[in-house]
Amino acid sequence: MIGTGILKGMAVTARNFVGSYFDKERLITIQYPEERNPLPENYRNFPFLIYDGDDPHAGLRCVACKICEKECPPQCIYIVKSDDKKPDYMGKPQFYPKVFDIDISVCMSCQICVEVCPFEAIKMDKEFELSKRERFDALLSRKEELSKSNDYYHKIHPLEAAAVDKNLADAAAVAEAKKKAAAEAAAKAAAAKAAATKPPPVGDAASVPGKPTPSSQQ
Amino acid sequence: MDATVQTIEAMERPPVTMASRLEGELLEVSMGPQHPSTHGVFRMNVALEGEIVRKLKPVFGYLHRNHEQIGEHTSYLGSMPYTDRLDYFCSMSNNWAYALSVEKLAGIEVPERAEYLRVILAELTRLQNHASLLGFLLSDMGAWGTPLMYAFREREKILDLFESLAGSRMMCDYMRFGGCRLDASDEWLARAKQIVDRFPEFLDEFEELILGNEIVIGRTQNVGKLSAELAISAGITGPMLRASGVNYDVRKVDAYGFYPRFKFRIPLGNHGDTYDRLMMRALEMRESVGILKQAFAQIQPGPIVNPKVKVRAFRPPAGEAYGRIEAPKGELGFYLISDGGPNPYRYRVRPPSFINLTVLEDLCLGHTVADVMVILGSVDIVMGEVDR
Repeated sequence: MIGTGILKGMAVTARNFVGSYFDKERLITIQYPEERNPLPENYRNFPFLIYDGDDPHAGLRCVACKICEKECPPQCIYIVKSDDKKPDYMGKPQFYPKVFDIDISVCMSCQICVEVCPFEAIKMDKEFELSKRERFDALLSRKEELSKSNDYYHKIHPLEAAAVDKNLADAAAVAEAKKKAAAEAAAKAAAAKAAATKPPPVGDAASVPGKPTPSSQQ
Repeated sequence: MDATVQTIEAMERPPVTMASRLEGELLEVSMGPQHPSTHGVFRMNVALEGEIVRKLKPVFGYLHRNHEQIGEHTSYLGSMPYTDRLDYFCSMSNNWAYALSVEKLAGIEVPERAEYLRVILAELTRLQNHASLLGFLLSDMGAWGTPLMYAFREREKILDLFESLAGSRMMCDYMRFGGCRLDASDEWLARAKQIVDRFPEFLDEFEELILGNEIVIGRTQNVGKLSAELAISAGITGPMLRASGVNYDVRKVDAYGFYPRFKFRIPLGNHGDTYDRLMMRALEMRESVGILKQAFAQIQPGPIVNPKVKVRAFRPPAGEAYGRIEAPKGELGFYLISDGGPNPYRYRVRPPSFINLTVLEDLCLGHTVADVMVILGSVDIVMGEVDR
């Protein structure tokens, strides 16, 4: 009979309408901004810079190596390297960015800067309510706005941050062990030098903390 | 009016268009989905005789973003996030197609778990693409709101899965050469399995809502018929080709990824009209649910990325490769030529919806203006991919 298909469809609509009062699964929208869905751990929006401790300048992990600037597909990062050096988290003197700008109106949140950074210095933020009234450079984030503490990182990505901290600690331990070994080797070499005229070669103590594997980040 | 006499009134008129001059009674109308939230920004120059379409000229390019040229000037990895923006409904399939062609180019092996994850994500993409297409098609027909919202409710569940895995709902940027970026936890797989298990309920309900509806049948059956011969000669792929009864699916033909390990059938249409194209999506979703269930049963823990692939300074050897997959809209291919440098010498996308759109005039001739929208909806276009 003609019309039965339409009536069947109407029954579906009625079921969904009435059902939406009892079953949350049938609801389509939530009343943002009063109600909010929790963001998942892996959610990413725009990059920020991490500093350890309390001082954004002294603790900044970035060493201005410019790898992220080079790899960024839309070229939204601008870095100027410093003239002097400051000690990094392992006490090694390193350069730091004099200027670090990210134009988040150009950034496409692809996370490639995070993947290529060898120093765990840049990570993805979760803040997404970023609309501004000004038309031009309000969305150009400077170093001061981009620098956020490691505690903040732990708050927004707890699992990932824990993995990163473990990696950094491991790398520091490895570097420490290497330094010790190098010192021992140097001592040995000195001892050997005292005995013979030719010293054995000494291993290089320089080391860079390794990237965490993707599986350990999850 | 005598053509030789130039009156002021005649001179002030707008210039006479080609179509109306040659065919007298035809009226040329510029129509098309104009709002970015529909199919994209697209224009059709339609020559009408009364309400009947006599001529149709699609005009593309309003969303042209120089995708291929950008691809030739960024690193191989740098193109990956741009592929998300091709067909923004199916970023996972786009990622896979691009990763596949680079893997072919550089001869990279992919670990087993990553292959399973890729199949799972591509089939989830197919589910959400087809679900939202059915909603859009109904909305093009005038059923504003209700079917689209029901479809989007299901789509949103799958997009939430993507967000919790890859970090973004639509711009996933998830696959990498030789694997995937992040591993899926057991919790994620359990949640995905639960959503897939409940998906047939939605399909039953949605089919009850629309497929028996007399208005839908009246508007779609015998509208926009595409013959198998024309479909093959025009290079149509995907559900649109299969609706015309041609058994061609890249998943079966190329057997890429782990598809040979799964049992699934290819639904085929008989008439090639809009109703068959609509049904094809509904049937394909059921097959995808089957594939997903098998994949969830078979997936094993293991590494997800090939450790030999360098993230920085990735340079494949000189050569060329064409990697293609069965994206929800048809055959999506990436053609790459490498000269051994850090970026491709040539980067070419074979977008399914662009090539499927080439037969639009043949489908629409002789139908009314109202049918043009329905036919366009059933082609399943996304302008991000058509214009690139």
